[in-house]
Amino acid sequence: MSEATPVTQTAEIDLGGQRGQVLRQIARNPLGVVGGLLLLAVVLTAVLAPLLAPYSPEQVHFDTPFQRAFTVGFPLGTDDLGRDILSRIVYGTRVSLLVGALAVLLAVVVGTPLGLLAGYVGWVDVIVSRLTDLTLAFPFLIIAVGLAAINGPSVGNAAVALGIAQVPTMVRVVRAETLRHKELEFVLAARSLDAGGGRILGQHILPNALSAVIVQATVIMPVAVIGEALLSFLGLGIQPPTPSLGIMLSDAQQYIFRAPTAAVFPGLAIAVICLGFNLFGDALRDALDPTTRKR
Amino acid sequence: MPSAASTPLLRITDLEVSYHGTPVLHGIDLTVAEGERVALVGESGSGKSTTAAAVIDLLPAGGAVTRGRIEYRGDDVTHADDKRMRRLRGRQVGLVPQDPMSNLNPATRVGKQIAETLVAHGVASGREARKRAVELMGEAGIPDADKRSKQYPHEFSGGMRQRVLIAIALACEPDLLVADEPTSALDVTVQRRILDHLETLRSRRGTSMLLVTHDLGLAADRADRVVVMQHGRIVEDGPAHELLRDPQHEYTRRLVAAAPSVSTATRTGAVATSDEDPQQDKGLEPILVAEHLTKEYSVRGRRERLTAVDDVSFAVRAGTTTAVVGESGSGKTTVARMVLGLETPTSGEVRVAGEHVATAKGAQRRAIRRAMQPVFQDPYASLNPMFTVEHIVDEPLRVFDVGDRRSRRARVAELLDHVALPRDLAQRHPNELSGGQRQRVAIARALALDPRLVVCDEAVSALDVLVQDQILTLLGDLQRDLGLSYLFITHDLAVVRLVAHDVLVMQQGKVVEAGTVDDVFERPGSDYTRELLAAIPGADVFT
Repeated sequence: MSEATPVTQTAEIDLGGQRGQVLRQIARNPLGVVGGLLLLAVVLTAVLAPLLAPYSPEQVHFDTPFQRAFTVGFPLGTDDLGRDILSRIVYGTRVSLLVGALAVLLAVVVGTPLGLLAGYVGWVDVIVSRLTDLTLAFPFLIIAVGLAAINGPSVGNAAVALGIAQVPTMVRVVRAETLRHKELEFVLAARSLDAGGGRILGQHILPNALSAVIVQATVIMPVAVIGEALLSFLGLGIQPPTPSLGIMLSDAQQYIFRAPTAAVFPGLAIAVICLGFNLFGDALRDALDPTTRKR
Repeated sequence: MPSAASTPLLRITDLEVSYHGTPVLHGIDLTVAEGERVALVGESGSGKSTTAAAVIDLLPAGGAVTRGRIEYRGDDVTHADDKRMRRLRGRQVGLVPQDPMSNLNPATRVGKQIAETLVAHGVASGREARKRAVELMGEAGIPDADKRSKQYPHEFSGGMRQRVLIAIALACEPDLLVADEPTSALDVTVQRRILDHLETLRSRRGTSMLLVTHDLGLAADRADRVVVMQHGRIVEDGPAHELLRDPQHEYTRRLVAAAPSVSTATRTGAVATSDEDPQQDKGLEPILVAEHLTKEYSVRGRRERLTAVDDVSFAVRAGTTTAVVGESGSGKTTVARMVLGLETPTSGEVRVAGEHVATAKGAQRRAIRRAMQPVFQDPYASLNPMFTVEHIVDEPLRVFDVGDRRSRRARVAELLDHVALPRDLAQRHPNELSGGQRQRVAIARALALDPRLVVCDEAVSALDVLVQDQILTLLGDLQRDLGLSYLFITHDLAVVRLVAHDVLVMQQGKVVEAGTVDDVFERPGSDYTRELLAAIPGADVFT
C-alpha cells in the first residue's frame, strides 16, 4: 500500500466510531442478531417486571391452584398455591439477572487487576496463578455451601459464591492478554520512556485487553444464571417466597405429573436467558476478534 | 524453441479476479514460455500473489476468477473441475510457498511429507516413494538426507525447511514452478544458497518458473523476464536487465530509483556524508558508548548458558549514524535492547551522553530517557491501537510532564509537520493509517522529547520499497536539521550503505568487522562480510 492510498474507513474518529463498527459487524451475523434480540427481551422483562406481570409474584389464589397454561386470567397457569407462573417468571428473571450481574461484576473487579498484575509482574504471577489453581480445584458448590453455612443463604451470598467461582477464569483470560500485549512494541516504546507500571497497565494494556474481558463476561453471565438457579433449587440461594427460577423448578418437581407446565416454563426462561447471552457473546467475540476485522 | 512461441506453457489472458464482487486484478495478460523464468514484481497489494494463486486455483475464500482465461499448454483450466486441477497442481505446476515455518505439518516426519506428494499423484508408492523422497531431499541440498528424512520440521532450520518445500514442489517433476516470495523469510546468505541451488535443479530439468517477489534485485538476478504490477494491473513487461536498467513506465522508474541497491550509495545525498564531520566531532564525547557488552541467557534444560552478545564495543559519534548489521540470531536486537535499557547486560556497560544506562537512577535516568528514543520494526505493533495519533505522539510529553495541554497540542502539530504528516491525522486511530504513515507517527513520538539519539530497530524492514525510501529520506533530513544521531539495527546491507557512517557487522553475538561504511563496503576485512555483500541480490544489475 503506497503512502498516498486513501484510508478506507474515513471520518470514524472517536471510540464511538469503533463501537459502531462492532455493532454493525454483529448486525451482519444472523445468530448475533437473534442473540441480541433475546437479550433485549430478557433485559426489558427484568426492568419492566412490575408493568409486565399481571399479579404480584407472591399473591396466592387458593381457589385456583394448578391451572393449566393459557387459562383466562393466568396465561401460563398457576402453581400449587395458585400463584401466577407468568408473574413469577418475570420477577424470577429479574433476580436471575441481578445475581448474574453481581457475580460478573465481582469476577471482573477482582479478576481483572489480578490478571493484569499476574501477567506483568513475575513474582505476583507465581502467587496468583497457584491461588487460581487452588480455587479451580474446589467445586463452586462447596464454596456456596460453606458461605451459606456461615452467613445463611441469601441473594448476596449466592452472588459472591458464583463470582468467586468465576474469578479464576477471568484471571487467566486477562493474564494471557497481558502476556501477549506486554511483548508488543508499543509497550516496549512506553517502557523506554520510563513510563511506570501503572501507566503501562492502565493505559496501554488494559484498554487493549478490555474486549477479551467483555467477551469473558458474556461467557460468565449464563453460567452464573444457571448457577443461581442451581443454588436456589438446592435451597442455598434465594429464599422463598421471593420468586426465583430455581425455586420454581424445585417447587414444581413435587407435583411434576399433576402440573408439568409449572416446571416447563421456568426451565424455558433459563434456556432463553442463557441462549441469548451465548449467541450474543459469540457474535461479540467474532466482531472484536482482530483476525476477522480488517486492519 | 519455435513450438513454445506458438503455444506457451502458461497463457493468461485478460484475467480479472474479484474478492466479494470487488475486482482486484484488472485484465492481466501474461505468458510463460517453455523453460522461461518470469518474475512478477510489485509492492504489497499490487496483486502479484493473487495472480500466482489464480494460476493454481488456490485463491483464498471469497476470491474468484470473474473474467478471462488461464491456459496451460493450450488447455483452458480457468474453471476446471477438481479432478483436472489436482492433476495440474503438483504434477504439472509445483508451488514453493512463502513461509517455510507454517507450510510443513509439524506432526509428520519430513520424509513422509515428501513421499505423500508422490503417493497422492500416483508417481510412486510405499517403499519406493520413501526412497525417492530421500533422493529428492538430497537433490534439494539437504545433507545426510537418509537420517534427516526421519526428523520432524522443528528439527530443521528455516533454510532447510525451504529446501524441503522445494523438494516437495519438484517431487513430481512439474513443467512450471510457481514460487511465491520463496526466500523473503530467510537471511540473505541463506537466500542466496537456496536460490543458487534452485537454479541448478531448474535448469537441469528445463522447468519454467513464475517467481513472485517484492525485491527488484532478486528479480533481476533470477529471471529472464520481469513483469511489474501496480494496483492489479501490469504496468511494464520486458527482459529483466533491460527493464531494470532502462525502465519506461513512471512507476517502474520510481521502484528502481527507490531500490536500495549497494551501488546507488550516493544517490540521495540526504544523509550527511561521512567526510564532512571529522573536525566537528573532535573533542566531543560520543553520544553513545557501549563497552564490552555481553549478554548471557540460561536455557531451560541445558547446563551451559547461551551467549547472545559476546564482548561488543562501539560508539556513536554525535550527529552520525552507526549501523549494526547481522543475520537473525546475530544478537543485534539484543544489543539494541541493552542500549535502550530494556535488558540488563550480563557484563559491560552502556553510556548515553556520559551517563550509565544500567545503573542510573532518578533524574539521571530521566535525562537518559529524554536523550534516547526508539523506533521499532513493525508499524502495526508499535502504536497502541486504542489511542489517537495525537495521544500517541503526546504520550512522552505527558510522561515527562512537559508543558500544559495547549503547548503540548502545539508541539504535536509541530512534530507531525516534522515527519510530513498532515495535521488533520491527529484525531485518527492507527488502524486508519497506512504502514508508512504509521512509521512516521512512531518517528514523531520518538522525536517528541528532542532526543539526541534515536535507536532504529529494523525501522524500515517491514515497509515496501517506495515507502522505505521515503522514510530513509525523512530520517536523513531529520539528522541534518536536528543533528540527531542514529543507532541503526538492520539485516539489510543495502540500506546500511544509504544511511550509515560507521558499520558494525555481527555474527553469532560477536563483532566480526567494524569501520566506516566505505571501508567495510569497499575493502571488507572478513570473509563473512564478503559473503554478506556478495549475497545482496541484484548488485550487478544496477551498476
